[in-house]
Amino acid sequence: MEKNEEKPSQEGGQELRDAGYLVLFWEFFKLGIMTIGGGMAMIPQMQAIMVEKNHWVSEDDIIDCIAVSQSLPGVIAINMATYIGFEKRKLKGAIAATIGVLLPSLMIIIAVTELLHGIGGNPYVKGALIGIKAAATGLIGWSAYTITRRVVKNWFAAALAIAGFVLITFFNVNAVWVILGSIVLGLLYSRITEKKAPENDAEQNAAGREEH
Amino acid sequence: MVYLLLYLQFAKVGLLGFGGGLAMLPMIYQTALTFGAMSKGEFSNLVAISQMTPGPLAVNAATYVGYNTAGVFGAVVATIGEATPSFILISLVVSLLTMFRESPLVEGAFKGIRPVTAGLIGSSFILVGESVFTSWNPIPIIICAATVFMIGKLKWSPITIMVICGIAGAFLCH
Repeated sequence: MEKNEEKPSQEGGQELRDAGYLVLFWEFFKLGIMTIGGGMAMIPQMQAIMVEKNHWVSEDDIIDCIAVSQSLPGVIAINMATYIGFEKRKLKGAIAATIGVLLPSLMIIIAVTELLHGIGGNPYVKGALIGIKAAATGLIGWSAYTITRRVVKNWFAAALAIAGFVLITFFNVNAVWVILGSIVLGLLYSRITEKKAPENDAEQNAAGREEH
Repeated sequence: MVYLLLYLQFAKVGLLGFGGGLAMLPMIYQTALTFGAMSKGEFSNLVAISQMTPGPLAVNAATYVGYNTAGVFGAVVATIGEATPSFILISLVVSLLTMFRESPLVEGAFKGIRPVTAGLIGSSFILVGESVFTSWNPIPIIICAATVFMIGKLKWSPITIMVICGIAGAFLCH
């Protein structure tokens, strides 16, 4: 009994929880509504729902999900929904999450084209949209800050983050090339650091021996 | 058969469209032309509607073209067509990743991917910001700064923040 009570408190928020199909569908349905201003607007909300509230995936899983979704073809929001859905519940989970993220678009676009032809001219609607996009900008900025703090731990990571930012923002380089390049550099870097580590040990041992 | 054609054409968009959203619009435009369902003016209408309704831009555009071509079922077919390639590719990649998570190759690759993703999100911050901060109107900038305070310090949920900022924008931004 005591052991059973101890376990959850030890693991704390680290332990990942299961996700049902309906919950996956519903959370991604809400995310589908949220993506005003591009799939990236989903990220802050994904962190809040998937990591903090439901403990479905870890913060690193979200980062991997963003990277994979960006480097494969297709709509980023659909890619991210399929990714998380598949990770939690295989194919059926992926279907539930993907339908969830698609459904708001289907319903809203049909409603808008049928009923509200003049909606674009309404100054309040326009203003609300500016407000929401400004908020999305701030939310994405905050995600960029938290994710940077999490992944940038050495000079190599810092250089890659800055290079990726500059190449995409100022030189319009396709994200796919940037991610492919980062894979090559990551492989080279781990090769070099792994080779160095035993060498350093050997050098230290040798130095130690010389001192004696 | 128009439904099959819609499905296949949008599956092509989903398979060949990299970069999401705005980067995929030219392809969607060409697809719309093949159905003869749309003039240039209607297409800019579509972009406007897609951008200001909730939902991913490319999904909204597919739904719009499908609906105008063949009604509700056309919209469903076009949207599912666009999602199909993503669905297959991502499912494959996630299965492979879970299988080889521990391999040094995958670990090495992610050593590069993770930091560059931080840079990528940073650049979306700039790109989305560019579409909002178009003039010297200070209100969007204030709303953006307030958002950072609400999520960073007050820890409010993103949905609450977006609703508040939408209401604020409706009354302050025109």
